[in-house]
Amino acid sequence: MGSVGAKEVPVLLSPDGKRIDGRKLDELRSMRIVAGALHQADGSAFVEWGANKVMAAVYGPREVHPRHLQQNNKAIVQCKYNMAAFSVDERKRPGLDRRSQEISKVIAEAFESVIFVEEFPRTSIDIYIEVLQANAGTRCAGVVAASVALADAGIPMVDLLPAVAVGKVAGKIALDLKKEEDNFGEADLPMALVPQSGRLVLLQMEGHMTGPELSESLDLGVVGCRAIYEKMKQALRDRYQLGGPSEGAAQ
Amino acid sequence: MSNEVTAEILGTHVLDLARQGRRLDGRGLDEYRKVTVEPGFVASADGSALVRIGATAVVAGVKLEPGKPFPDTPNAGVLTTNAELVPLSNPSFEPGPPHPRAIEVSRVIDRAIRAAEAIDLTKLCVTPGEKTWVCYVDVHVIDHSGNLIDAGSLAALTALAHATLPAKRFGIAESDSPLALQHQPVETTFVRLGDAIVVDPSFDEELACQGRLTIATDELANVVAMQKGLIGAFSPEDVKSLAERAFQHGDRMRKLAAGA
Repeated sequence: MGSVGAKEVPVLLSPDGKRIDGRKLDELRSMRIVAGALHQADGSAFVEWGANKVMAAVYGPREVHPRHLQQNNKAIVQCKYNMAAFSVDERKRPGLDRRSQEISKVIAEAFESVIFVEEFPRTSIDIYIEVLQANAGTRCAGVVAASVALADAGIPMVDLLPAVAVGKVAGKIALDLKKEEDNFGEADLPMALVPQSGRLVLLQMEGHMTGPELSESLDLGVVGCRAIYEKMKQALRDRYQLGGPSEGAAQ
Repeated sequence: MSNEVTAEILGTHVLDLARQGRRLDGRGLDEYRKVTVEPGFVASADGSALVRIGATAVVAGVKLEPGKPFPDTPNAGVLTTNAELVPLSNPSFEPGPPHPRAIEVSRVIDRAIRAAEAIDLTKLCVTPGEKTWVCYVDVHVIDHSGNLIDAGSLAALTALAHATLPAKRFGIAESDSPLALQHQPVETTFVRLGDAIVVDPSFDEELACQGRLTIATDELANVVAMQKGLIGAFSPEDVKSLAERAFQHGDRMRKLAAGA
């Protein structure tokens, strides 16, 4: 990965198999999801995942701007993934860079794969993702937040969309990389899973993996996504609990 | 409106054919179009190539010039990849700022070259922290008949493989020297058409498809980059078997890029 001429590489894996923050190879960072964290949006969610802090808001279905983007047979899904200038160590120049635009594109396509867009012709479903604090895996945190926000907005979907990055750290396949592991690791593979179908609607990868390592990564990522899926459902239950835990957890 | 209708009729036809194991242009599901590679197509570039995949045509040009290294990588050269989807290549491309699809093509081509470490960037360093070679790879799509990522990345790889460091022109050395490649990433793109997954999508197949997956491999049997794009999904088992197909196709293309 981007380690050309870089500074000294930290010890990413201890002799007893512990990672830089003490996690096991298949262990997720801690995660907290708050559904309905904003007041103006039709749906919203805040995700704290390790040292990531990501807010997502959903507006729509609403009128399409600019109008020529309108589609007569379905809603369009638009996404803006944006990193705050202060979200990383060295100030990031505000505005949409090429990385943000690519991430926005693949996230919008992932969600259009699960939203019942044909139910809302000539409208737009707008997803805004703001990364307030970044520590690797922000696109996955953005997908998790946006997915809960879409559910909070009442947008009909095939399923929620849990997401996680798998990577290669000191030669081992590891779940949910943090910053040092991402910077100095050998590969990074973010993915988003449709739990119901077992299929991936977001998948990217950069680094070096053999065929068997790729297989192991995909399998580990699916397990990670299924664990995150439970947390997402719980966040929605917590938000819409009416008469007590049993009633809220009914469906 | 009429565009949407024709696209829908054509899309349905493409999917019907795929169900019968057939394709619009008569190819098999696992059949790549004819690929031709012409290095040195542009004499004014330091390295260049014209690549055709069927009716798709892409020109890549490499320009090398002295510049400053990034502060966080003082011993490494700078590599910049850009893809232009110029309006002459397709009626749907308009002049203006880069469309997200052009940005995606650029970044996926760049990702494979960078992740595979196709160029040893440390060899581009002239004076650490002060002077280095900056390598610009510009990809121009001139005829878009589908599968721009594969065409663009093969053109970029071939252009880099045949590029020369113009050291004499910039007074850095007595004579020019080749910009040797250390690895050869090749990207292979598939699209889903219903239950079928086909390699090397044509323009119409890209419009009709339910998801696109690009897998970049190197000559050491590593997967070095992947990108899922467009609306649709792939199972992990799909991805595993497509990686095997990408390894085989990559080896064929590497022979072509080197032998040309």
